[in-house]
Amino acid sequence: MDKLKLKIEKDNPVINVVMGGVGGQGVLVASDILTLAALNAGMDTKKSEVHGMAQRGGSVVSQIRLGEKIYSPLVVKGSADVLLAFEKLEAVRYLEMLKQGGVVIVNDQQITPLTVYFANIPYPENVEEICRRRAGEFFAIEGIQIADDLGNTRVLNTVMLGALSTFLDIKKDDWIKAIEQRVPQKTIPLNIKAFEEGAKIFDAVNY
Amino acid sequence: MNRAVLSGNEAIARGFYEAGGRFAAAYPGTPSTEILENIGKFQEIKAQWSPNEKVALETAAGASLGGVRALAAMKHVGLNVAADPLFSLSYMGVSGGLVIISADDPAMHSSQNEQDNRWYAKAAKIPMLEPSDSQEAKDFTILALELSERFDTPVLLRTTTRINHSKSIVELKEPITVERKKYAKDYMKNVLLPSNARKKHVLVEKRLEQLAEYGKTAAVNRMELGDTKMGIITSGISYQYAKEVFPEASILKLGLTFPLPKELIREFATKVEKLFVIEELDPFLEEQILAMGIAVEGKNKLPILGELNLSIVREALLGEKADDLTFSVKEPIPARPPSLCPGCSHRGVFYALKRLKLNVMGDIGCYTLGALPPLEAMDTCLCMGASVGFSEGMEKTEGEELQGKVIGVIGDSTFFHSGITGLIDIFYNRSHAKLIILDNHITAMTGQQEHPGSGLSLRREPTNKVDIEKLVRAIGIKRVVKINPYELKETIATIKEEMQVDEPSVIIADAPCVIRARKIFTKPYYVIADKCTKCGMCDRVGCSAIEKDEDGKTKINPLLCIGCDICLQVCKPGAIQRPVNE
Repeated sequence: MDKLKLKIEKDNPVINVVMGGVGGQGVLVASDILTLAALNAGMDTKKSEVHGMAQRGGSVVSQIRLGEKIYSPLVVKGSADVLLAFEKLEAVRYLEMLKQGGVVIVNDQQITPLTVYFANIPYPENVEEICRRRAGEFFAIEGIQIADDLGNTRVLNTVMLGALSTFLDIKKDDWIKAIEQRVPQKTIPLNIKAFEEGAKIFDAVNY
Repeated sequence: MNRAVLSGNEAIARGFYEAGGRFAAAYPGTPSTEILENIGKFQEIKAQWSPNEKVALETAAGASLGGVRALAAMKHVGLNVAADPLFSLSYMGVSGGLVIISADDPAMHSSQNEQDNRWYAKAAKIPMLEPSDSQEAKDFTILALELSERFDTPVLLRTTTRINHSKSIVELKEPITVERKKYAKDYMKNVLLPSNARKKHVLVEKRLEQLAEYGKTAAVNRMELGDTKMGIITSGISYQYAKEVFPEASILKLGLTFPLPKELIREFATKVEKLFVIEELDPFLEEQILAMGIAVEGKNKLPILGELNLSIVREALLGEKADDLTFSVKEPIPARPPSLCPGCSHRGVFYALKRLKLNVMGDIGCYTLGALPPLEAMDTCLCMGASVGFSEGMEKTEGEELQGKVIGVIGDSTFFHSGITGLIDIFYNRSHAKLIILDNHITAMTGQQEHPGSGLSLRREPTNKVDIEKLVRAIGIKRVVKINPYELKETIATIKEEMQVDEPSVIIADAPCVIRARKIFTKPYYVIADKCTKCGMCDRVGCSAIEKDEDGKTKINPLLCIGCDICLQVCKPGAIQRPVNE
């Protein structure tokens, strides 16, 4: 497990995370929680996002950088350590952001955009195969299923963060505090539960 | 130490609060919207939405004249609307500090152009600060208010989307209390009659000299000396890219970018072998430095279009391609464009306009999405309020092909912003133009902000409400018809009828924004597959809840459908069904 952890070190002073998804999936809240967790862990952090018309079902992307000292809030194409995709097609869309050998974690869910019907552009069938051309590690997780089992698909984002957390050198307490700082008061216990369920996915994997 | 991760917009709000600000106004516009939303959280500050940016600036200037620290926020094109008061406020000056935020949008993430509003500071002869991250967004807001009072001038705080919407760590402090300055009549200062204004212009020019003097030693302009082979002059977000790509280089970081600290630039130039200006959009710094007779490079290497980033800076100045840019996905990737929400009330109107094959003069708002396939029911989109003037102008050409074929569409918030003056013109100049006001009771596009017709204030407290129908009638327009845009037959018939009349006509399509009123309809509709003939009629309404099954037959996504009824009304085979228990 430890060898997989992305540590901030002299020759790797910045960790870049890109999150992609569909408007309404909670990508922006998730990226807020990651930046807060980094703050709580004593790191410098910056994040940048593209939204605007995203709540009308568009593609949403957020970029988060963590490290000793961060200047640019933008991740350079081809340099993301982790791509956290909330939907399969969005994993493919933002794959170019990933560095060679980086980690892809994708929520195994398909949300078909209108252009598949109206512009006849096929939804890619072989998402895993495409991602593996670039990624050193590829994980499709049943994020939406886990969230649904917990009683609310809207906690998909904290399930995804739980999965992501096992790859980053940030303590659980710093994550929990970040969740408490960011989500509505009454949903804190559910979100923490979702985070823990997400983390369990990888705890179960034997490296 | 109390630290938080804030966006630039949150940091500006925080800075205004910490500086003892008392009045703030804005019209929402990406990327500036969240400034007022966050100022609204501080109960000490009177915060409000204005119908447009000119009004926002004028009320903020009034508050300043009344002696309190004030702020007006807007997106870059908003400053065009507010440019009239801006230029003269430069002459009038302030009492309480006055800061104007211009949130520019390089790369046009959600704008119609990518103008560089740094020119406004130069043209209006007012000082301008450019923060490079959220900490500076907060600090510079406070500094702007101090400079405003010290130099008797409004101050422009110019940001870009990457500052407004990116988040970084900010130290929080307690707010200070600033005593209101007592109002005293001052005819010579505040009445810009030509005789007074001539004297004021002298002071404005003198003020620029004093500001330039201040800029020489101001902490916001600083040299970071390193390797002297390469000197970089930069400001705003570009500083971050410069710093990351050239950690060893000497950098002159300018926080006050108008007026320029010329002596400091000269001094810096003597310390380095070669000078580069790294700046986004226009060569604003570069041209002024060149005009000083100092050789610099900049736009000969860096693009004038769009945003900068690390790769662009690295490649332009080092000639290095980033290592790993060769990878690309070969498969076609279906785009996921934004679309009108499932159940959006605009859909029915656009469907009707397309059916009637009208030339539709459009405007700025969610409904601009009506220009995209499959609705494709909008011919133009220029700026806020332009649909009204376009309709009138097109109608006045008396072009044969245009007769009875031109109609404008405008949202309610946009109508209040700057549509109303156009409508007054239509009435006054005896135009026969036709207008549909898409009244969804909210400023929907920027994220559900209140406006004069919504009945709620920025803090969502009940307030006076402007009745659009009465307002239109009060102008003198006689034909005002309200329709329910979910009733397609009624909508088509009404538009058809109004197109025929020889006088101006305003149709108000009255239905609340569906994001605001999600539960107004029923359970999701469904499709009887056996009845679906794949005729494609339902595809033409462009609803993202309408999908296809493996056979190419229509199915309805129950997670998205809210039962607005539009698709059922166009489904000729009768395959689309209301849920039975309705």
